[in-house]
Amino acid sequence: MGNYYQPEMECASPETMREIQNKKLVAQVKHVYENVKYYRDLMDEKGVKPDDVKSVDDLYKLPFLTKNDLRDAYPYGLLGCDLKKCVRIQSTSGTTGRRVVAFYTQDDIDIWDECCARAIVAAGGTNEDVCQVAYGYGLFTGGPGLNGGSHKVGCLTLPMSSGNTERQIQFMRDLHSTILCCTPSYAAYIGETLKDMGYTPDDIDLKAGIFGAEPWTEEMRRDIEKSLGIKAYDIYGLTETSGPGVSFECAEQGGMHINEDHFIPEIIDPDTGEVLPEGSKGELVFTSIDKEAFPLLRYRTRDICVLSRKKCSCGRTLIRMSKPMGRSDDMLIIRGVNVFPSQIETVLLKEGYPPNYQIEVDRANNTDTLDIYVEMVPEQFSDTVKAVAQKEKELAAAITQMLGIRPIVHLVEPKSITRSEGKAVRVIDRRKLHD
Amino acid sequence: MSVKQISVFIENKPGKLAEVTRFIAEKNINLKALSIADTQDFGILRIICGDADAAVSAIKDGGYVATVTDVLAVEIEDKPGSLAEILEYLAKAEVVVEYTYAFLSVKNNESAYMIFRVDDSAKAEKALTEANVKVADADMVFG
Repeated sequence: MGNYYQPEMECASPETMREIQNKKLVAQVKHVYENVKYYRDLMDEKGVKPDDVKSVDDLYKLPFLTKNDLRDAYPYGLLGCDLKKCVRIQSTSGTTGRRVVAFYTQDDIDIWDECCARAIVAAGGTNEDVCQVAYGYGLFTGGPGLNGGSHKVGCLTLPMSSGNTERQIQFMRDLHSTILCCTPSYAAYIGETLKDMGYTPDDIDLKAGIFGAEPWTEEMRRDIEKSLGIKAYDIYGLTETSGPGVSFECAEQGGMHINEDHFIPEIIDPDTGEVLPEGSKGELVFTSIDKEAFPLLRYRTRDICVLSRKKCSCGRTLIRMSKPMGRSDDMLIIRGVNVFPSQIETVLLKEGYPPNYQIEVDRANNTDTLDIYVEMVPEQFSDTVKAVAQKEKELAAAITQMLGIRPIVHLVEPKSITRSEGKAVRVIDRRKLHD
Repeated sequence: MSVKQISVFIENKPGKLAEVTRFIAEKNINLKALSIADTQDFGILRIICGDADAAVSAIKDGGYVATVTDVLAVEIEDKPGSLAEILEYLAKAEVVVEYTYAFLSVKNNESAYMIFRVDDSAKAEKALTEANVKVADADMVFG
């Protein structure tokens, strides 16, 4: 199993990795304190000096950065070096408030490209491969990231960007693409289009796909693998830390290896900020330890996941993160169980319902109650009460399996779920009224 | 032989029934029969009317989930015991009745129609025809 791009890092002993992290972290904290006034103020406010951070064990002393800080500091407030040294910006889609603009020096880009190269090699990529990058190019990090990684590996790179699916398939066939990089939903769409055009997976040469930038389920993975005749690999990243390639999947498909020599992960309790032990579910926090231009320390991703140091059969020693299970800002604790609306959404889609739902949490006899209202669709409706009640029961069972607690499901009329300013209100928590 | 029944998913809230029947009225379609099955949460409104296809699209355009199901319309004499007799034929043929409701014919004061939703329409129709019970089609009901 020798699919490594930088084996000295990817398979480093824990001691070696720790040493690298310690050294880089100490230097990075100093770099940030000296160059980023915004963060220096946060450290001063907390009474932390660069000298207080001597190793990764001291990481917890540093203040967090949140998306709000990024908005407040827009555009240059978190810049870590002279603009003259910067060669690129990338930006988030800005769907939730002001855009985030991240800066890169050439060294930053090289590291980012290497991270993506590790992902491509882990998916079996070599310089003999033809890598079709169908992520969007432009401000979005997906296209540029995988494009850079593909160059590093030496693949023949097809910078397709997203869209024009028939052309994608034509190039895929004419130029014998072997690796596809795009969002999972676009991969699924390419699979459908392939079929619509009368082709089968045997008519293309794809062997692997690297898909990320949005949540996807195991179900979706199997569907994509089947429709394109490939093995599908997950990749994770965020513009704030660079882009895709912060972590990536190996052939084991059991969580994503974090490029720890560049990004130190922590899992914290989203409410208290307390660092949780390995194996706990909590909010993922990243510290970029060698980025020059946009060096974020303890950036709260709001993604909820679990870290694991369990040995991986691929030989990498890099810590693994689970696929994000939801967003910390949406998390509900019901009967002691962490519940994310996104989990319920996943079940609805899988069971053939639209993601139009409302969760109502209340308390009766000192026990939390969970009612889920789901809009009825023609596909699930029939003329007998028995059949409709059965649908409710089946949906409740599927949700119970996902959450570990049993909800009561109510099917309601289409468009009857309260919407405010066009966006559906997903959660109503009435327990607060009793406190 | 069967008749088209419209089923509509409605919540138990004031004004719902009025709204759905108004959609049908606006198409100038006459209602023949109607029944409601309700649970604590939701109800299923079942309607027999002329031009079921036009009625159901008007209801769907109004934002409701609705479907058309084939049901049996059986003409029975308007006298004691006639329903029991038909149900006995169905029971003998081991047909499961999911639900049933009745309406009176306007053109003929002597007869009533029973609507049956059964698990096996073909079997039910055969059992009834063999017993000389008239299974009606749309023309007979709306004629």
